[in-house]
Amino acid sequence: MSDSQAIAVDMRGITKQFPGVLANNQVDFSVTRGEIHALVGENGAGKSTLMNVLYGLVHPDSGEILINGKMVHIGGPRDAIGLGIGMVHQHFMLIPVFSVGENIMLGREPVTGPDFFDRARARAAIAELTKAYGLALDPDARMGDLPVGLQQRAEIVKVLYRGAEILVLDEPTGVLTPQESKELFGVLRDLVKADKTIIFISHKLKEVLEISDRITVMRRGKVVGHLITKDTNEEAIATLMVGRAVLLRVDKAPAKAGEVALKVDNLTANSDQSVPALKGASFELRYGEILGIAGVEGNGQSELMEVIAGTRRASGGQVLLAGRDITTMDANTERDAGVAFIPEDRRGTGLVLGFSIAENSILGRERAPSFSWRHFVLNLIAIRNWALRLVKEFDIRTPSIDVAVRNLSGGNQQKVIVAREIGSNPKVLLAAQPTRGVDIGAIEFIHRQIIKERDNGAAVLLVSAELDEVRSLSDRIAVMYEGKIVSIEPPDAPEERLGLLMTGGGTRAGAA
Amino acid sequence: MTAVTDILHLLFTANLWQATLAAAVLLLLPALGGVISERSGVVNIAMEGMMLTGAFFGVVADLAWHNPLAATGVAMLAGALMATVHAVVSIQFRADQIVSGIAINIFAAGLTVFLVNRIYGLQDVGHVGQSELIPYINVPGLDQIPFLGKVLFQQNVIVYAALIILVLTHVVLFRTRLGLRIRAVGEHPQAADTAGINVFAIRYGAVITSGLLSGLSGAFLAIGISNTFVPNMTDGRGYIALAAMIFGKWTPGGAFIACLIFGLGQAIYDNNSIIHVSPYLLSMLPYLLTLIVLAGVVGRSTPPAADGLPYVPGSE
Repeated sequence: MSDSQAIAVDMRGITKQFPGVLANNQVDFSVTRGEIHALVGENGAGKSTLMNVLYGLVHPDSGEILINGKMVHIGGPRDAIGLGIGMVHQHFMLIPVFSVGENIMLGREPVTGPDFFDRARARAAIAELTKAYGLALDPDARMGDLPVGLQQRAEIVKVLYRGAEILVLDEPTGVLTPQESKELFGVLRDLVKADKTIIFISHKLKEVLEISDRITVMRRGKVVGHLITKDTNEEAIATLMVGRAVLLRVDKAPAKAGEVALKVDNLTANSDQSVPALKGASFELRYGEILGIAGVEGNGQSELMEVIAGTRRASGGQVLLAGRDITTMDANTERDAGVAFIPEDRRGTGLVLGFSIAENSILGRERAPSFSWRHFVLNLIAIRNWALRLVKEFDIRTPSIDVAVRNLSGGNQQKVIVAREIGSNPKVLLAAQPTRGVDIGAIEFIHRQIIKERDNGAAVLLVSAELDEVRSLSDRIAVMYEGKIVSIEPPDAPEERLGLLMTGGGTRAGAA
Repeated sequence: MTAVTDILHLLFTANLWQATLAAAVLLLLPALGGVISERSGVVNIAMEGMMLTGAFFGVVADLAWHNPLAATGVAMLAGALMATVHAVVSIQFRADQIVSGIAINIFAAGLTVFLVNRIYGLQDVGHVGQSELIPYINVPGLDQIPFLGKVLFQQNVIVYAALIILVLTHVVLFRTRLGLRIRAVGEHPQAADTAGINVFAIRYGAVITSGLLSGLSGAFLAIGISNTFVPNMTDGRGYIALAAMIFGKWTPGGAFIACLIFGLGQAIYDNNSIIHVSPYLLSMLPYLLTLIVLAGVVGRSTPPAADGLPYVPGSE
């Protein structure tokens, strides 16, 4: 067998049944040594299960795994590490309160004396690795203080330190800025040159096309396609993933912007940690337009949305709704004034997970005369009819409106929130990460709903960590950096320029 | 005013500080157990029950064998056995750790009273002979240092042992590979697991260690400071140890300082005969201190990130 054609990973007939879901159904998956192989599919398609099987975190009901041609049993992560398999998880497996060095060494710590952690040797080992692969890192920095890009780098170094030859990266760009993604791709190409094999899990098709050599597509627990990257395109992959043709571009008519709906003037607010997060943001939002806020997460977007929605107190500045000061209004009063809010944390603040769809569908409006008698007794019939209507209009896939939202998929949970908020016919719609963790099909639907609201004359303020989403939905883009709006850009502004602005570069005086 | 001057006067006696240290050690051992357990991510409020069980079986063993060393070992094993129950319930079966802890405390109180009646009938448990108690040892030479000699070097063997365990706990937690792994498991068990660390083994070990230490404290109480078992003799000390752990921000040194403060309150109360203030008021002192501390006088303390969360392998 020639080295260049050797099969590094060969998984055959992997089947895994979870209660109620056949997560993997006779999955065959093979990766050639020295390639970047993309594994794509919607949420719940079985990608993570398959990779957890490879890493020993999940044990398959049947099937076999060959690594470098040899049949192996992977009972746990230790076995996987021993076989040269390393995993960079989507949710980093890092301990924020530990140092970079401690994080990288964890599980394979150099020791001296009886059992003392050997900091000097740890430092030396990291220096060697970071030099070999050009991945600069300070081993003494506290992990939690590093930007996400560097944390991910630490994850990669951690995996390399364990001698990984096969690297699995689960949605690695989900949290990165465009610049950081570019750097990551450079690193991945260098690793392949050093004869490493890379499995790249993603649902961002553009990136998959950019970085991979071959693609395996999964849907509902099965492999539905093996593709060679250079012979395929976005539409073809998306169709395989969803099982039907998907409209990837957002079709929308030009905005007919009207009066100023929302005027935010020099707004400041503190974060949960009581440090200033919003440091004087100013902008105007008009009826009939979508203003998208682009920015690296943690630059004050969350706080901005919450202050406007009335769930966080401003420390200074003003928010005017059609000329009326709403800065200090609470969320309830604002709802009555026509402000709807899709919060970014759907499980934590958007929904009461143990409540039914019907109950969730009126959260925040339970005192409205149509749903209650004198703010006191709920009108259950009206609520049921309302919920039934929303389920139908917003295509929420559920056996009934009495199902607890906990049991819905992420996409359907999000649709419940979107339905509730848009269903209230708002004048201003605040949408924070409206499609986070949602499947392509549901994303398409939610995007259409948001545009429909705009066309009905609502003012839409959109915050998203996905730059593509901001660019495709917005009529204007406000770039946020360190708690301020640093620039207002047209929707067709080049990605490079937005990326630069998002990281604090490229501001020109008078850009706004 | 007399009460204040009485207390001030008391503060300058070596006797008071000697008693303070002993009372502090009684709290320190379970507090260290709590630190170790919670650093590994298992909330442990069962120190009270583990201490009480240790005290009872320590007395039983000492009465039977007339050997304080062996009795101390039995007390520690009894504490560890209770801890194992907590470990199985909360680690293996992922039950609510607070509920499990409360259950163990109630169970220990009931079990010991039941066994007292069963074994000794309705009479007293009986008293352990003077020579069969855990001994007090004066460190030759050092015990002659004025003031400090009495405070530090005329103490029970357990006090010396506890101080060594204190240093050891600190070193192990913050300087060794084992400690790094314990803390990793308590902060982020998924990360530890994927790094090839056996999360369950670490957690079991940590919880059982907390039982050993609580049992040791129970032995000190029953066959060191006292010479018999009285139902519910731990009197909430396991809970105060819990408060000391939180006060000390889950560090051994911090917990020790907290234990000294609580121990001082206890020692002042024990000397109430020379203070002209109601002993009932004084008896509230340690608990009052606990409340003040828990109300946040020392600022917010952050527990280990995964404290109290059962680990489900493969979850995110």
